[in-house]
Amino acid sequence: MTHLPLRLALAGSLGLSLAFGAASAHTMDTHRLPPKKEEFSFEGPFGTYDRGALQRGFQVYKEVCGACHVLQHVAFHNLSEPGGPGFSEAQAKGIAAGYKVPAEPNDKGETTDDKGERLTRPGIIADYFPNPFPNENAARANNNGNLPPDLSMIVKARRGGPQYVYSILTGFHQTPPKGFTVTKDKYYNPYYEGWNIGMPPPLQANSVSYTDGTRATVDQEARDVATFLAWASEPKMEERKQMGFSVILFLLAFAGVLFAAKRKLWADVH
Amino acid sequence: MSGPSTYNPKSGIEKWLDTRLPLPRLLHDTMNTFPTPKNLNFWYVFGGILTFCLAVQIVTGIVLAMHYKPDAALAFGSVEKIMREVNYGWLIRYVHANGASMFFLAVYIHMFRGLYYGSYKAPRELIWIIGVLIYLLMTATAFFGYVLPWGQMSFWGATVITNFFSAIPLVGTHISTWLWGDFAVGDATLNRFFSLHYLLPFVIAAVVGLHIWALHVPGNNNPLGIDVKSPQDTVPFHPYYTIKDGFYLVLFVIFFSLFVFYAPEFFGNADNAIEANPLVTPPEIVPEWYLLPFYAILRSIPNKLLGVIALGAAILVLAFIPWLDTSRVRSCRFRPTMKWLFWFFVVDCLILGYCGSQPVDAVLAGIPLVLVARFGTAYYFGFFILLMPLVGLFETPKPLPASISQPVLGE
Repeated sequence: MTHLPLRLALAGSLGLSLAFGAASAHTMDTHRLPPKKEEFSFEGPFGTYDRGALQRGFQVYKEVCGACHVLQHVAFHNLSEPGGPGFSEAQAKGIAAGYKVPAEPNDKGETTDDKGERLTRPGIIADYFPNPFPNENAARANNNGNLPPDLSMIVKARRGGPQYVYSILTGFHQTPPKGFTVTKDKYYNPYYEGWNIGMPPPLQANSVSYTDGTRATVDQEARDVATFLAWASEPKMEERKQMGFSVILFLLAFAGVLFAAKRKLWADVH
Repeated sequence: MSGPSTYNPKSGIEKWLDTRLPLPRLLHDTMNTFPTPKNLNFWYVFGGILTFCLAVQIVTGIVLAMHYKPDAALAFGSVEKIMREVNYGWLIRYVHANGASMFFLAVYIHMFRGLYYGSYKAPRELIWIIGVLIYLLMTATAFFGYVLPWGQMSFWGATVITNFFSAIPLVGTHISTWLWGDFAVGDATLNRFFSLHYLLPFVIAAVVGLHIWALHVPGNNNPLGIDVKSPQDTVPFHPYYTIKDGFYLVLFVIFFSLFVFYAPEFFGNADNAIEANPLVTPPEIVPEWYLLPFYAILRSIPNKLLGVIALGAAILVLAFIPWLDTSRVRSCRFRPTMKWLFWFFVVDCLILGYCGSQPVDAVLAGIPLVLVARFGTAYYFGFFILLMPLVGLFETPKPLPASISQPVLGE
């Protein structure tokens, strides 16, 4: 019986885990709620992006989300490409020039100024959207330790896609159920896994003032930016669906010809 | 390839070639006059479809490799560049990614067809065994390929699967380290997986050559499972089967296109749109759908080493089917008991696939899925190791028709 202390420890930990097991049966299920069933124009085999929503959504990204979230895989020239928000090339150039991107080394080979700040230059159409923070540590330091994810892939990277993004953005300002404690520096959002989200409610009514006169409600802003981010994730969607239609139409006709030929050929085989 | 050649060189060039490198004779005998049973049904079109799938994967893969960077820091971004900046890059990548699923769908139908009609039985054992080898190479290639986009599921899938080898006693961890080229999945792993992903399809192509060669010696089996008795039982491969296979190939491509153009992420996983991060484990690590039944078998066994052995055995057992099946009759059409057991086996594979797709502690209608998976695993192995030998001995088959032509003429 030299192993008695070990046995006791095992028995103790078993009892403890049983107690925890019993306790966990009473804790709340904080799995995220299914996303709201919001319909978007770009769904279905013939759906296209609503240009107005894309342009308004871009405005929301630029003026609100872009303060913390990068749009890593989107270049400024994408904004004027077919199937996108439909900005002209001149408009895309103007948007690019409004961003400061990290500059190439200057004549002395430097990339930072005397104070150690990164040298920048105005963006050109070939540039990608710059990161609002110089690195991950800076991003976390500015956001209570949370890392705001890249938004150029967010619609593809979350189950529920655009509905998920819309639900998160409109899922704030609800009273948490009794017994659920919101962690310090977190916000209650039942559409987020675990219900504690690090992002403060980003959208308010009139967070942006739309140039096309649309009323900027939270719902409208969320719908618009979800549309814009769906495009950012899948910028070739319209081209894809259009090509698919012609390809399948051709293949159906081709299959018809082959079927007729096959029937004729095999008619004599018994 | 087998039997007397019917090739008759006509032009001077053909005669010149025929005495030096008789390539036209080879093509003529294998693809033109090759006598093929005239009663092959729909389920026989998948051989041609699979050849098409391999060609599509190789062609799209070569183009993707022109733009892809097998570097842990650049891989994810280079794939997004293909999707956004390369002309028709999205098309090529979606064809390649969905092509893998289509390839496996076709190969599973092809394998189940072989199982149902007894195509593995003498004298076609080697065709079947070479086929099992092709399937093994396909799973390896698909696994390596899934790692390349370097998303979260790529990274963690690679981590889970390469960790299987660490279950081997004594040398296991050394094997894992040797596979990774590092002490964890990382840049070195990605680089070598890219190299192997580019190599293996050409190995598959060579083994497919052997598969077709071995097929052309005894010729096709057929839904009746009886031998060809006279020339009336066959038709020349061309044009009869080129047109039939061609028609069904086009239908298959339509089905394929629906995914490529209208549901390109249907087989995908949202977590793979997040760049690989060794510090964050996804909540659920799920393999691609075509590996789910094997994943369920692995998880149904509580011991890691035994689980890995069961996983390997589940594929390896296929190679022994020609000798496990003791029946004298090939086709399940004439095997009243085996027919049912076969369909149970198909359903069993689907159930195992479902179990593999769910979390390990999932419960359905009060039954823990791991229990379902254990019964499924038992039937999977029981089907091959117990039922196949025993049913073959005790089952009374229905009478076979005298020839392929007879039942057709009799109608």
